[in-house]
Amino acid sequence: MTCLPEAVPGQKKLGLVIDLDTCVGCHACAVNCKEWNASGHSGPLTDYQNTSDGVWFNRVHTFEAGQGETSRTVNFPRSCLHCEEPACVTVCPTGASYKRAEDGIVLVNAETCIGCKLCSWACPYGAREFDEDDGVMKKCTLCVDKIYNDNLPEADRVPACVATCPSHARHFGDLGDPNSDVSILVAERGGYELMPELGYKPVNRYLPPRPRKNGPPPPSAASSSSCGSDETISLLDLAMKKPDGKGSAFLRWADRVLSR
Amino acid sequence: MHPALSVIIFTTATGAGYGLLIWSGLLSAFSATPAERVVALVTLGTALLLVTLGLLSSTLHLGRPERAWRALSQWRTSWLSREGLAAIATYVPATLLGLAWIVSPDPGLAAVLLGVMTACCAVVTIYCTAMIYASLKTVHQWRNQYVVPNYFALGLYCGALLFAALLHLLGHGQPLVDGVAAAAGLVALGGKLAYWRFIATTSHVSTPESATGLGGIGKVRLFEAPHTEENYLMREMGFTIARKHADKLRKLVVLALFGAPILLMLISLLLGGVAAAVVALIAVLSAGAGILVERWLFFAEAKHTVMLYYGARAA
Repeated sequence: MTCLPEAVPGQKKLGLVIDLDTCVGCHACAVNCKEWNASGHSGPLTDYQNTSDGVWFNRVHTFEAGQGETSRTVNFPRSCLHCEEPACVTVCPTGASYKRAEDGIVLVNAETCIGCKLCSWACPYGAREFDEDDGVMKKCTLCVDKIYNDNLPEADRVPACVATCPSHARHFGDLGDPNSDVSILVAERGGYELMPELGYKPVNRYLPPRPRKNGPPPPSAASSSSCGSDETISLLDLAMKKPDGKGSAFLRWADRVLSR
Repeated sequence: MHPALSVIIFTTATGAGYGLLIWSGLLSAFSATPAERVVALVTLGTALLLVTLGLLSSTLHLGRPERAWRALSQWRTSWLSREGLAAIATYVPATLLGLAWIVSPDPGLAAVLLGVMTACCAVVTIYCTAMIYASLKTVHQWRNQYVVPNYFALGLYCGALLFAALLHLLGHGQPLVDGVAAAAGLVALGGKLAYWRFIATTSHVSTPESATGLGGIGKVRLFEAPHTEENYLMREMGFTIARKHADKLRKLVVLALFGAPILLMLISLLLGGVAAAVVALIAVLSAGAGILVERWLFFAEAKHTVMLYYGARAA
């Protein structure tokens, strides 16, 4: 049923907390996610072929934020945020998409999905990828077949992406409980939601990069360094900054060649 | 957004079909005489044919067409589900109306009731179709106040052109219908121009900064994409069209969908007879080509917020 479960105070909200400060952008989470989910609940998971795009539930982008000395390069893992009010569920015409009342995990029933793709249009975060081989939509399950798996040691009952992260940038827990480790982490580090303006109330939180310890002054007082700015910079400018420096003749020559 | 042919045919054929069904239902309800029995049946039949073709085309967009029946279950929340139900419900009064005309040359009150019901069901279905798009907060070019009126205006306009042409072909040409078609065309043109101005001057509230939450540091740019090949998201949501190409196609829409048919309707209004039928038929063909381009643009010019994660500056 695509009606959302009624919101209950103290409701369990399983989700991820992703630390953008410590993520090193190694893609291990994405690879282990693919590995685990190639079998089990959503398996098999299509690989890239001539006829189909590879389906991955986890993608690691890298963004540059800011300009000049204050700019930061931030690795940014992106996966389903298991929203409290997911439009991907309510637009589903078949009931194949649903949000579990007991823990808030958003899932797709591959047996009843008709592959209309409307849910992927409704998700602003790109959490859903269409499996051309199966003709159905697939998405992050928060490793529902792992986190409740009694055959695994208790320490292993966490999503594959969390288990594998070498820099401990991914945390898993109940974000509905204000006293859980993840909730405390979010409170301490100022964790935030993505695109809160759309009102889907994502459960997952992102922890912002920490301020630099020996960083430059804040952006307003930053020097006029043109590095990383929008202004175009020619090699000649670099040469002029060090008129007597080594290689300035080379830079002048290179600028002439490249400007032709 | 990727302009899928199956969805373009679905929305245009059902739009014109339900538009024609509205005019046909109103004819049956309010003005039909026994002499117009053939007109009522032919317009009704053509409308149902178009609607059926459109609905069948929509199933080609599905990954699992054999499960299409499941789409009727979630009418409580899903506009797609509501659209399916409304589409099927419309067949009931429309078929009964056809039967009434077949068994009786003058169905009287039955034609009034069934004609009004058919028209109402068609209105509801067009609304549901438009809301599939207008309800998506992720696409600024779809979720705005212009989309639903435009679906109505274009459906009624295309239906009116078909209605006028069929009347001329059956020798029942009426200046009033030609005039209504031309007027509907002007209204639809106004709506489309207003929509184009809206999407040219506004953009989605979300930005790369809000999508990543990194706006506090400064302007956010994609430094490295997560993968080197295109994935489903980029193909489905990342379709882009060059501005100069879009401008050319818009001119084509103004000409083929609005300018030529409106002018031809006014000409057929003055002509009458066989010449008017030929002119009206050309108007329908021109508008048919024009509406396909218009709907292609409706998808091609739509931008999705997910592309903010793939380097788009705005959505």
